[in-house]
Amino acid sequence: MSYETLSVEVDGDGIALVTIDLPGQSMNVWNEALMSDFAKWVDEFVADDNVKGAVITSGKESGFLAGADLGMLGGSSASSMKEAFENAFTLNSVLRKLETGGNSAKDLIKGNAHAKPVAAAVNGLALGGGLELVLASHHRVVADNPKLQLGVPEVQVGLLPGAGGTQRLPRLAGLQNAAMLATQGRPIDPATAKAQGIVQEVVPAGEVVAKAKEWVKANPKVTQPWDKKGFKFPGGGGAMDPRAVQFFVGANAMGQKETKHNYPAVQSILSCLYEGSIVPFDTAIRIESKYFTKLLADPQAKNMIRTLFINKQAAEKGAARPKDVPASDLKTVGVLGAGLMGAGITHVAVKGGMNVVVLDRDMDAAQNAVAYSKKILDKRVSRGKLTQDAADAFLAKIKPTADYNDLKDVDLIIEAVFEDPDVKADVIKKTEAVIGEDVIFASNTSTLPITGLARHSERPEQFIGMHFFSPVEKMPLLEIIPGKESGDKALAVALDFNRKIRKTPIVVSDVRGFYTNRVVPPYINEAMLMVKEGVKPALIENAAAGLGMPVGPLALTDETSLSLGLMLSRSTKKELGDDYQPTGTEDLLEKMVEGLGRHGRKSGGGFYEYPEGAKKHLWQGLSEHFPIADEQPSMDEVKERLLYAQLIPASHCLADGIVPDPTSADLGAIFGWGFAPWTGGPMSYIDTIGVEDFVRTAESLAQRYGERFHPPASFRDKAQSGEKLYSAAA
Amino acid sequence: MTDAFIYDAVRTPRGKGKADGSLHEITPVSLATQVLEAVRDRSEIDTAEIDDVAFGCVSPVGEQGAVVTRSAILNAGFSETTAGIHVNRFCASGLESINIAAAKVKSGEADLTIGGGVESMSRVPMGSDGGAWPTDPEVAFKTYFVPQGISADLIATKYGFSRDDVDAYAVESQKRAAKSWDEKRFEKSIVPVKDVIGEAVLDHDETVRANTDMQSLGALNPSFAALGEFPGFDYVALQKYGEIEKINHVHHAGNSSGIVDGAAAVLIGNEDIGKKLGLKPRARIRAMASVGSEPTIMLTGPEFAAKKVLARAGMDKKDIDLWELNEAFASVVLRFMQALDIDHNEINVNGGAIAMGHPLGATGAMIFGTMVDELERSGKETALVTLCIGGGMGTATIIERVN
Repeated sequence: MSYETLSVEVDGDGIALVTIDLPGQSMNVWNEALMSDFAKWVDEFVADDNVKGAVITSGKESGFLAGADLGMLGGSSASSMKEAFENAFTLNSVLRKLETGGNSAKDLIKGNAHAKPVAAAVNGLALGGGLELVLASHHRVVADNPKLQLGVPEVQVGLLPGAGGTQRLPRLAGLQNAAMLATQGRPIDPATAKAQGIVQEVVPAGEVVAKAKEWVKANPKVTQPWDKKGFKFPGGGGAMDPRAVQFFVGANAMGQKETKHNYPAVQSILSCLYEGSIVPFDTAIRIESKYFTKLLADPQAKNMIRTLFINKQAAEKGAARPKDVPASDLKTVGVLGAGLMGAGITHVAVKGGMNVVVLDRDMDAAQNAVAYSKKILDKRVSRGKLTQDAADAFLAKIKPTADYNDLKDVDLIIEAVFEDPDVKADVIKKTEAVIGEDVIFASNTSTLPITGLARHSERPEQFIGMHFFSPVEKMPLLEIIPGKESGDKALAVALDFNRKIRKTPIVVSDVRGFYTNRVVPPYINEAMLMVKEGVKPALIENAAAGLGMPVGPLALTDETSLSLGLMLSRSTKKELGDDYQPTGTEDLLEKMVEGLGRHGRKSGGGFYEYPEGAKKHLWQGLSEHFPIADEQPSMDEVKERLLYAQLIPASHCLADGIVPDPTSADLGAIFGWGFAPWTGGPMSYIDTIGVEDFVRTAESLAQRYGERFHPPASFRDKAQSGEKLYSAAA
Repeated sequence: MTDAFIYDAVRTPRGKGKADGSLHEITPVSLATQVLEAVRDRSEIDTAEIDDVAFGCVSPVGEQGAVVTRSAILNAGFSETTAGIHVNRFCASGLESINIAAAKVKSGEADLTIGGGVESMSRVPMGSDGGAWPTDPEVAFKTYFVPQGISADLIATKYGFSRDDVDAYAVESQKRAAKSWDEKRFEKSIVPVKDVIGEAVLDHDETVRANTDMQSLGALNPSFAALGEFPGFDYVALQKYGEIEKINHVHHAGNSSGIVDGAAAVLIGNEDIGKKLGLKPRARIRAMASVGSEPTIMLTGPEFAAKKVLARAGMDKKDIDLWELNEAFASVVLRFMQALDIDHNEINVNGGAIAMGHPLGATGAMIFGTMVDELERSGKETALVTLCIGGGMGTATIIERVN
């Protein structure tokens, strides 16, 4: 038999070495071809008496097997739940056949039958279905490499480890360890896996196959522990063992605390552990596959896979990059301004492998950027995560200067000086005087129009905007803003730079606020309007948390400061004059900041009090000035308002072309302001509930709360035609 | 429909529900047996006349398993023709057993029945039977399960009861219980518990502390704050009660019901059987009701059960002379008084479970008996007995004195 995705070599002892090596792929994954080859091989292995045992390994340097092909999962198209279950159960039953040798559990338990030994020789990362293949092997030998990842990350895309992972892990490592691995999805290293009983041997990388063979040779007849008489879960299992009962009571609470009921996968995983620990293994894996099928049928998994993995990776690889511009070679970046943003940009650029010349008005100011990185690195050194030598080498790549001439050899300029057009005009002029003629000039700004700034440039086609978020080294999104005259090369270089610093990029239009800052203010304003209406502040904050927002809108306002909010509303009003649309929050901001001296977290407190050394809590005095209404809305009503306060402006941005496509709107929302990741983003959410439903709810909110909730006309059209925002193929 | 009369009510004293409690050496089936024997012997009835016995028990596993009622019937030497059923409605099991026993009489299924309950919390710890509600992820997630102590603290936070409020209530409960014992108000129904050699091991409620004051309670740490934080039950509750920023943890061992052992039994029959056996009716069951309520806050059911039973009885709040609500937690009673606007002088007049303890399956029958005695002692006419219940339920019964 010959296979496309694996090779089989049987040695003189009758031991088959199965090497998984997907052609034309950098990494092994479970795709249809491997599933089919592997099933065929298992049939052959079990039937062929000349083959005494097997060692399974990978032909890839990159790792053992990285799990399921997400594209395959996202595109599943079974016509019925039953068929979907049969599909989902395929790998489970193949792996079960491998570990039982095709014998019944009854025969194994009675000792009437045994399986042929199978050992996994794990030379690199084994994740998801990759680790599940390892778990189904009788013996697991892993390379002694602390960076080697073993884990089941399916929960991160709304799924569960559906090839026996929720059953073999607790049977090997106990419920507690299994729940940690499967509900959090974080991988562990080989030493930890060994300590937990998940793998038996950790050996030098070069010896994994030899050690695995050695074991197979020494153990001609094997049975998995759970197929032996008297098997018990380590640490207890089932509904009768008080230790397991206590575990589940706690895990159920933690699961609800962490997911806010937004991620059904976590509950499904716990259900697999619970139900699976009550019944025999063959029943348990059927239950697991049923929960898997249920999750896969839920749009949530598809949305999360699409946005958080497929589209995110595509954007990061430069999906928006003009194809015919040759790749740029960015070795040195010139950063103008060593303030908070400049220093952060400097840090990520060095981290991305580039040298940075960072310029400020004098050497002291420029040194800020070095100090900024030093502080971050010192922390990592003190925690043992970085060597001092590596930290020193990092800092050596930053050249602080006050002399424009030092910029003459840089490959890219990123300007991050004070947000003032005159200051920016000055540095643009001085910089362009020294840099190479083909160097792209990127301006970091969150408020100034790029086309306006480009007027100060001699080479506006090489001028582009970048909106970094603060703190730069932590925030994952980068908005890239081509001005009217920005050329393809400017965009290509910006995306090349982004790829090096590993942000998630979206390309947005040159309008006030770009994308993210057109959506976040209406959301925060909605919360403040509710405060004015007398909605309990705790209800507002808890509703936001319940939606899956990382921080409540009032807490967020405190962070960015109420004084900034007041200042921005006044400057916008001044700038727009008669066109200014009042938000209704102006008086609240004025009262809080100027009347009550509550500027925000850093000065005087805001909606919250910030007691020294204790957790923040809502400011009790607020209700004196904004009395609590007798009638309170339900949590669901508040959630809906806060959700639509984001969906509506996001939908306008898409309708007006400020973001080019639903993908960018979704990525920008999740990675820009932490929009509920379980939705896959605002546009995925709207598609899931249906555009028609979205429009209906928006109209009803508009009637109750005001015109700001009106959906865009193009969404109304789509609602009528039944069109989706994402085309079927996306 | 046939009337159901109360002919007798007995209970054991409540022993501290720990290894050093006086009833720890007594098996639960023996506790149940002794109250059954007392009912038989005090009325001198032929047990062949007793059709059925319903006993509540909340942790029916191990020595409380396998229908402990039937075991106790046979162990007490009752006629083998007397049937037995085990009832579980969590904390209201004892009262529900009375309601079932009464319903059998009212419907004409039976002439003479016993309702009651038993729980040896020292021997079969609370939660021994596990169960899907807290354990099965599907159910725990769907119901936003939190332990009762969290619910009690949630009630205190939502309805504005401070630590001082709940402690003051507990002090009063202890005072009333001590005074009731001093005045021998429980004498009629107390059956001292005997051991294997026939010696009495306990003749009084063991956990009453007459000298409890605000200061001694103030020294106790809240019991549920830690669980609220880890594994995080507070955060589960706040997903339903979003208007609350933070749960104020006010309950502790001193203002929550005590963990104790005990049993109780109530003899119920129709008018004819009473006449036939020469029994004097002491009270009549006027109405009975059970409700479900929101399961996360869990313990607010009595308000709704009381309203329902009043409506079924065609009565008004003003028609009730005495209220008895199990003192599972101080906030449960305070909320009930607040919701129905009941004066503290009319409720739990002889103290309650905060002082004397809450033997889960038996409590409903114990406080029911307390009301039968108290109506006679005080000469009042009507009483409403109710309990809060796990999973969000309430059961209530209205009785009226006869003669």
